[in-house]
Amino acid sequence: MLKPEESATTGADLLVKALIDEEVEVVFGYPGGAVLPIYDSLFKQNRLRHILVRHEQAAVHAAEGYARSTGKVGVVLVTSGPGATNAVTGLTDALMDSIPIVCLTGQVPTHLIGNDAFQEADTTGITRPCTKHNYLVKAVSDLARTVHEAFYVARSGRPGPVVIDLPKDVLMNKHEYTAPPKVAVTHKSYRPQTQPDPKKIEQAIEMIANAKRPVFYAGGGIINAGPKASKLLTQLVHLTGYPVTNTLMGLGAFPASDKQFLGMLGMHGTYEANLAMHGCDVMINIGARFDDRITGNLTKFSPGSKKIHVDIDPSSINKNVRVDLAIVGDAGIVLDELVKAWKAKQPKVDQKALKAWWAEIETWRARNCLAYKPNTQVIKPQYALERLYHHIKDRDHYITTEVGQHQMWAAQFLKFEQPNRWMTSGGLGTMGYGFPAALGVQIAHPEALVIDVAGEASILMNIQELSTAAQYRLPVKIFVLNNHYMGMVRQWQELLHGGRYSESYSESLPDFVKVAEAFGAKGLRCDDPAKLDDTIKEMIELKHPVIVDVIVDEKENCFPMIPSGAAHNEMLLGPDDKQSAQVSEEGMVLV
Amino acid sequence: MSKDSAIVAHTISVLVANEPGILARVVGLFSGRGYNIESLTVAETNAKESQSRITIVTKGTPMIIEQIKAQLDRLVPVYRVRDLTVEGPHIERELALVKVKGVGEKRVEALRLADVFRAKVIDAKSDSFVFEVTGNTDKVQTFIGLMEELGLVDVVRTGIVAMSRGGEAL
Ligand SMILES: Cc1cc2nc3c(=O)[nH]c(=O)nc-3n(C[C@H](O)[C@H](O)[C@H](O)COP(=O)(O)OP(=O)(O)OC[C@H]3O[C@@H](n4cnc5c(N)ncnc54)[C@H](O)[C@@H]3O)c2cc1C
Ligand SMILES: Cc1ncc(C[n+]2csc(CCOP(=O)(O)OP(=O)(O)O)c2C)c(N)n1
Ligand SMILES: [Mg+2]
Repeated sequence: MLKPEESATTGADLLVKALIDEEVEVVFGYPGGAVLPIYDSLFKQNRLRHILVRHEQAAVHAAEGYARSTGKVGVVLVTSGPGATNAVTGLTDALMDSIPIVCLTGQVPTHLIGNDAFQEADTTGITRPCTKHNYLVKAVSDLARTVHEAFYVARSGRPGPVVIDLPKDVLMNKHEYTAPPKVAVTHKSYRPQTQPDPKKIEQAIEMIANAKRPVFYAGGGIINAGPKASKLLTQLVHLTGYPVTNTLMGLGAFPASDKQFLGMLGMHGTYEANLAMHGCDVMINIGARFDDRITGNLTKFSPGSKKIHVDIDPSSINKNVRVDLAIVGDAGIVLDELVKAWKAKQPKVDQKALKAWWAEIETWRARNCLAYKPNTQVIKPQYALERLYHHIKDRDHYITTEVGQHQMWAAQFLKFEQPNRWMTSGGLGTMGYGFPAALGVQIAHPEALVIDVAGEASILMNIQELSTAAQYRLPVKIFVLNNHYMGMVRQWQELLHGGRYSESYSESLPDFVKVAEAFGAKGLRCDDPAKLDDTIKEMIELKHPVIVDVIVDEKENCFPMIPSGAAHNEMLLGPDDKQSAQVSEEGMVLV
Repeated sequence: MSKDSAIVAHTISVLVANEPGILARVVGLFSGRGYNIESLTVAETNAKESQSRITIVTKGTPMIIEQIKAQLDRLVPVYRVRDLTVEGPHIERELALVKVKGVGEKRVEALRLADVFRAKVIDAKSDSFVFEVTGNTDKVQTFIGLMEELGLVDVVRTGIVAMSRGGEAL
């Protein structure tokens, strides 16, 4: 037995050891005074890889991309004060989209806390509403245990970001190490419920089996529950023969090429998905949260249906929409129970009713709501994405996006056959998310083709990360749909504000080709539909980070669209529908 | 008004780990999500386990109340959340210190009423009293109301603490 002094190590060394024991491989970070002891510990080892970003917000988004594409916890390391405040947007993004993150923030030494010391910020105060939980470690003896608990909290239940605030003296004081508990931590007060109530499984099977116009509505919770949950969802959907739609966050939870898939639902979802939601008699929500982008006008939302809601977080249930059967539990476990129960019971579905329902859905599908007017002169953004998909579909690929029209078109025109392949900022809608997220994805999947579908405005929000891409030779592709507008803002101004395009023109854009070159990346440009295929092929072949500046139609709008405050059956299908867009005053105040 | 939109006050008992920031988490949840707090009390109730009990009185529609409870329960340091208003009979108490200044008839009347309400005199000067009154909110409210005419100068109230009736713990 070693005496305590002999086995004791500094807080910083303990931290690194704890991270390694939590099977962390990569840390995304940026140094500063308060975290210098941690950087010193990192320097002395070679198990943990540190990726130096160029802005702390990007560190969090990169960790999100890493986490969403692997199912692991993403780890961030930033300094006190400005390092921590810069991370806040990323943390909020991860909270809204249920992404597991552990963010280590430096802090001034404990004896200076509260003194307005240099680079002091009340990090736990600032991040309390934008994390799942946060800790201020006041003694080195608590450090290792806190790290293990933080990982448990971040990844279990409904995943989310956790901050550990680390005063500098705690990092320098010495203590013995505490290994992670062998069995999953059983926390005193935090006990997420993963196992569903068996009685409710029976009730659900009965409701599902008796449905005449059913629809599965599956969301990001399926992705959170791991790839097995997607397989089980697919199995259940096939067993029942029912239609299924995915939220933006759920894309990939069900294979897009499957006949039973209706596409995405919601504000920019497909006609068939939204009308199926509106007209169904039984809705089976698994891991989706009845977000306002989905429901539109709540009072007119799917008025005739009985609703089942499976969610691991009781606060998601009956928050926006009252449901008839609530099942609290992990989507993977619940789906497993449902599949088993369905197979055991072999319930008789009303095939005649189901056939009639599918026939109705097919008439909606026949409207071909994603159709757009082709053009040989200018590149239509939809066309650009169709061609992109054509060239990547047989390759191992991952897609991230920024926020705006391009994001919605990406959701509509790229097809996701598997979970964890699609990373987008859904809940917070953070412009600047996609590029750093793509870097995180590329770190996790070095051989894969990783593409950030971007807008020319969004990409400028974290363009500095080209330097990170160059440093680590991350061959991420930035596919800019350059419409010279904050297109999504322009579209709302056209529809709601009489076409007064106040401050939404992308003035004084840089030359993206030169920007790429200045950072040591490659730049390509294309403004001719006939040359687009060659440009995309060249982009894919290049082993460098690449910006492709695709000059697209400036005035194209994203349809279908359910205007704010409207119901699913009041959606606009295309530019010709614009006249009938009667946005109510209530609708105008909505975002 | 329909049952779903009726706004009702609920008394909610929350058992929490007594750790730094816990009250900020609870209060921040209410302010951040736009719920209202009618009354809130907190103190450590189990030193060995380092647990505190928070009693919150809040108002809302049934859906909002359900949401408040789920949101509270989701906080990592929260052990248990109980809605005393729906979970059967319970008792509520609050304590007020009431300062009254006056002489002559009014002073005598204040003392007489205090006796009726079983309020204790805990400080007395030749021209003032501080009464301690305990009871449910109605009683405390009524007593304070009566004192207004008799020279009320200051009031402090603890807010409500509450507990279920019978032998069960939270
Ligand atoms: C410009 C813009 C436009 C948008 N338009 C649309 C649109 O048209 N359509 C659309 O769908 N979205 C759209 N969104 C996204 C939207 O804002 C929401 O982010 C999204 O709809 C939420 O997806 P979700 O319901 O799947 O929930 P998520 O945010 O993914 O939440 C997951 C839910 O599952 C639960 N959960 C987590 N883990 C588990 C588990 N293991 N088991 C069970 N449950 C679990 C969580 O508690 C939560 O309730 C848009 C976003 C932007 C920025
Ligand atoms: C950080 C941030 N600021 C503002 C917004 C509001 N917003 C949403 S979409 C958008 C325009 C995006 O423009 P661009 O990146 O060019 O994409 P496009 O819509 O043109 O495809 C803006 C400003 C946001 N989502 N995020
Ligand atoms: Mg644009």
